[in-house]
Amino acid sequence: MFLEPLLTGITLGGMYALVAMGLTLQYGVARIMNLSYGEILVAAAFGVFWLFTAAGLNPLLGLAVVVPAALVISWLIYRILLLPLVRRAKTRDALEVDSILATFGLLFVVQGVMLVIFGGAYYSYSFLAIPVNVFGVTIAANRLLALAFAAVIGLGLYLGLTRTRAGTALRAVAVDPVSAQLVAIDVRSAAAIAFALGGGLVASGGVLVSMFLTFNANIGVVFTMKALIVVIMGGVGNMLGALVAGLILGLTETFVATWIDPGLTLAATYTIFLIILLVRPQGLFGRSGR
Amino acid sequence: MKLSLPVKLLGAAALVALLACVPMVADSYRLSLAISLLNYTVLATAWALFSGPTRYVSLATVAFFGIGAYTVAVLGEVLAWPLVLLIALGIGTVVALIVGLATLRLSGVYFVIFTFGLAELVRQLVTWFEVNITRTLGRYVFLDITTDQIYWQLLGLTVLVFVAGILIRRSRLGLALRVIGDDEMVARHIGINTTAAKVALFVLSASFMTVCGAIMAPRWTYIDPAIAFNPVTSFQVLIMALLGGVHRLYGPLLGVVPLTLLFEFLLANFPNHFSILIGIAFMLIVYAIPNGVAGLAEKLLKRQKKESAP
Repeated sequence: MFLEPLLTGITLGGMYALVAMGLTLQYGVARIMNLSYGEILVAAAFGVFWLFTAAGLNPLLGLAVVVPAALVISWLIYRILLLPLVRRAKTRDALEVDSILATFGLLFVVQGVMLVIFGGAYYSYSFLAIPVNVFGVTIAANRLLALAFAAVIGLGLYLGLTRTRAGTALRAVAVDPVSAQLVAIDVRSAAAIAFALGGGLVASGGVLVSMFLTFNANIGVVFTMKALIVVIMGGVGNMLGALVAGLILGLTETFVATWIDPGLTLAATYTIFLIILLVRPQGLFGRSGR
Repeated sequence: MKLSLPVKLLGAAALVALLACVPMVADSYRLSLAISLLNYTVLATAWALFSGPTRYVSLATVAFFGIGAYTVAVLGEVLAWPLVLLIALGIGTVVALIVGLATLRLSGVYFVIFTFGLAELVRQLVTWFEVNITRTLGRYVFLDITTDQIYWQLLGLTVLVFVAGILIRRSRLGLALRVIGDDEMVARHIGINTTAAKVALFVLSASFMTVCGAIMAPRWTYIDPAIAFNPVTSFQVLIMALLGGVHRLYGPLLGVVPLTLLFEFLLANFPNHFSILIGIAFMLIVYAIPNGVAGLAEKLLKRQKKESAP
């Protein structure tokens, strides 16, 4: 009873890390606290579900359709809905509060649209649900595949952010938007790109999660909450922090569910969240002075 | 036009007396509408009591409301009514104290995130407790409390919220909170114990919400964690307070009245599209009226005064 939850926990943690990386881009670079984040994940899951059941499209090919769509939609959301708030905000705190409230409304609209189309029922589809033996533990192939894809996407993002000029510019905005402007970085377009990238990441998370989890129109809030917790635990804007915190969360949930009680996973998550915040308010890898 | 204090008090007393007569003249539909209005007035005013001056956005309203309602569901038939209300008040206060002490030292955004999930957390704990310890999920509430009595109790609670709001505004605590809202760093430098002030007000605001939930519980005959901790309540209260304006004590009321009526109408006519419409309403408010109706009205009044002055 140790290896199995360990493997499941790593898969789940990998998903959380991937999803949180997108949120840390949106919050760290674009300074938008996006409460409708999980809704994009669920929308992507429904999108790939629809492509798979209606058009017979392989979910991994669906990734190539859904993720670019999410990139474009997120970019539009930033340009149309959020830019007026950015212009209006006098301080960073004001923008944070305004973005929380606006994306809150967006959460309800997206959720409502999905409820009208799909209802409140749970959905899942069967894709590669073949048992595979890893180190003497049986695990479904779709989980392993999802984990592999999450690792590839995460690594690609990490390399893109650390090894390219554009990635460095994004990180510079995350560290200090005012100084970034001084070295000729267009902060607003960087913010729009980061917001779009975040949307693409969470959509890829949604596609991968839909391969092995059941989902419904109301579940987005849960993912938003967990992504936020991971981002804050890891330190805002820190990719490595998101990875470590995501794994911690995934492992904690799985072990609490198998060893103690599945009904207490959220309580465990919150306890860890609170402890980390009280001991290190800046997050595990965050810089102090925030 | 400045009114003297005795005139104001007399006016307020007359208004309350007039409102107390509502159950005698209203039919059952209007009475239930009046109860909704009072319910949201208490919740939104209590929310603004804390969030207005401190600018900490709390999304935990329904956590406390649900605690109150659930206490009644568990103890309502066992103990006398005033005692049940007191116990609910006690539980709500303790939970608020724990949450406040743990989170209010953190920066505002972390507080939003924590309260965002608090209702969900409490709901999961209550569900876990009911399933594993008492082995019942969902309870029936059969109490000897009439709709009229619920209305009067809520009216009393409304008066208490407003009295508390007025007293706080005139006290040192109110001044301290306004300084915190303007600049927390400055507040700390001039020797205000910011954590203590925030926790005190958070607890007070939460205790009103808890008692409100307890009073409302007999409105439902059946209650389960999903009903008691329905997150939509927190959102509705937030929208109402924001629409009305949180920087005046009467501000939330200006949002409660139109939005309660609007929600009632939407829920009755477009139950399937309720979520979309409430989201759109929310965004419109955030974009169009950032300071609420009260802020807008004051701005217009000021402009008018300026124009009429020579």
